[in-house]
Amino acid sequence: MKNLTSWAIIALTLTFLIGPFIIIIFAGASAGESLAFPPDGLSLRWYLKVFTIESFRQSFLLSMGLAIFGTVAALLLGIPAAYALNRYDLPGAETIRMVVASPIIVPGIIVGLALLRYLVIPLNFTVTLALFLAHTALVLPYAVRVVSSSLNNLRSDMEEAAVLLGCTRLQAFTKVVLPNIRGGVLAAFILGFVTSFNQVPVSLFLSGPGVKTLPIDMLAYMEITYDPSVAALSALLAFMSLAIVFVAERLLGFSRYV
Amino acid sequence: MSDKFVSLSDLTLSYGQTVAVPNLNLDVVEGELIALLGPSGCGKTTTMRAIAGLLMPTSGSIAIDGRDVTRVAANKRGIGLVFQSYALFPHLSAFENVAFGLRLQKMPDAEVRERTEKGIATVGLTGFEKRKPAEMSGGQQQRLALARSLVMEPKVLLLDEPLSNLDARLRLEMRSELQRVQKKTGVTMVFVTHDQSEALALADRIVLMKDGKIEQLGTPHELYAEPATAFAAEFMGFENIFRVEGANLVSDGGQLPLGFTVKSPMLAWRPSGVLVGQGPFSGHVSASSFAGGHREYVIDTPLGQIKADAAIETPEVPIGDSIAFDLPETTARALAK
Repeated sequence: MKNLTSWAIIALTLTFLIGPFIIIIFAGASAGESLAFPPDGLSLRWYLKVFTIESFRQSFLLSMGLAIFGTVAALLLGIPAAYALNRYDLPGAETIRMVVASPIIVPGIIVGLALLRYLVIPLNFTVTLALFLAHTALVLPYAVRVVSSSLNNLRSDMEEAAVLLGCTRLQAFTKVVLPNIRGGVLAAFILGFVTSFNQVPVSLFLSGPGVKTLPIDMLAYMEITYDPSVAALSALLAFMSLAIVFVAERLLGFSRYV
Repeated sequence: MSDKFVSLSDLTLSYGQTVAVPNLNLDVVEGELIALLGPSGCGKTTTMRAIAGLLMPTSGSIAIDGRDVTRVAANKRGIGLVFQSYALFPHLSAFENVAFGLRLQKMPDAEVRERTEKGIATVGLTGFEKRKPAEMSGGQQQRLALARSLVMEPKVLLLDEPLSNLDARLRLEMRSELQRVQKKTGVTMVFVTHDQSEALALADRIVLMKDGKIEQLGTPHELYAEPATAFAAEFMGFENIFRVEGANLVSDGGQLPLGFTVKSPMLAWRPSGVLVGQGPFSGHVSASSFAGGHREYVIDTPLGQIKADAAIETPEVPIGDSIAFDLPETTARALAK
């Protein structure tokens, strides 16, 4: 009986988690003209149509660029920050941690509004630059957190050993620390990439004429056209995320780090 | 041979406001194996880290082979350190771990290969070159860490608790390994330990430290046979230590009349130095255990508990029974404090 109950709970949880995904896959594979579940017959036409919509192509490229470069920038800032917080007894380390974490604590709407009000409008930043800065800031907390946890597992005497064998502090970092936290760095990259790619509220404020990230573009598209192509696109993006995680798991045992 | 190969002069070491080692003076002879011995917090590890250059002294100086290195960075001192945790590089093979320092010197590949292979052979790890540290046993990891330091041909090799992570059998093996390597390479070794038996077995000289100061410095035999203070005596297995006041032995629990006169303020006896079964004093056996070659008694006496070893031929006295004992002059060690 107890066994049955626990199986039921697991089944319900899985349905809750995976159900929407399945609905989206089939809704996108509809043969009909409007977004519906169950679909009116099956066809791949909406999956193919997604690739022909010019605005999706552009916003996809922008989102990709933001996710890649924003995450790389966040790692370039985040790895040294995590290292410093981890290895040195800094005054005000707690405050620094709070500030670094703030973009995920403060609601995205407020972050977006603040960036619009204080960066884009008064300083005349281009929308693309503002989006890049915003995405970097949003990913930074993940970069610092994940890299910190893998640094925690790395004993600091290993660096001292490297120094005594002739390394400078910097060489000890690049030759010993970095190779041993590369799994954590990759995990941070994937988390950051996905966070950035799916980000809506901040981008909502910073998207301008002709410059839209993919999720914002999809939102706009749905307001005008209620056809299954949005569902098809969502399914494709979900598959892309799955593929990335799968490859990372295969290469590095990604799940150890998250 | 230099008598002052490593020379610490008026060395003061601190962490922030806390002074760990005040004003230490120590000279290490070239080619010797010297042990820094003491309980945790006595400053032995701190001293070792300062010699390595991982900790900047607050004041005083460190000279190695006649050259003042007090302000020389750790990576330029030519000192090897075998860490207690070994600190091997987990992402590199055994070969690359040993080759690591040589490669940094921009040495030609062929020479790196030759010296690395020789280093690995010195510690008996030939055949394990391709293994990662995680795929090696504790003893092998330790020997790998030793090889990694030795190939750099350091002027001084520091070892932090070199035997503490090994089981009893490996400990014995590693002990002779260290002695063999030292004979072969002639490298000056300074090792840190809290285990007096390790220090006695390995070292040419022992520096016994307490609260950042040298309590006693001498050969293992000197320290073992002639500890100068109560602290040293306790470390060397004198488990019965009492104050002398006039003609009495005094402890916190009470006193006993002393059968002879001494000038020193304290006297100490090893358990093996206490005479059991005869003598002017008596107490009650509170514990008794068989230890192979002898029997260990804990005796309740007016002085508190006394530990005594009795020859195995003498009849056993049951717990609770009265037992005669003596604290003879011949086995007493006079202590200065």
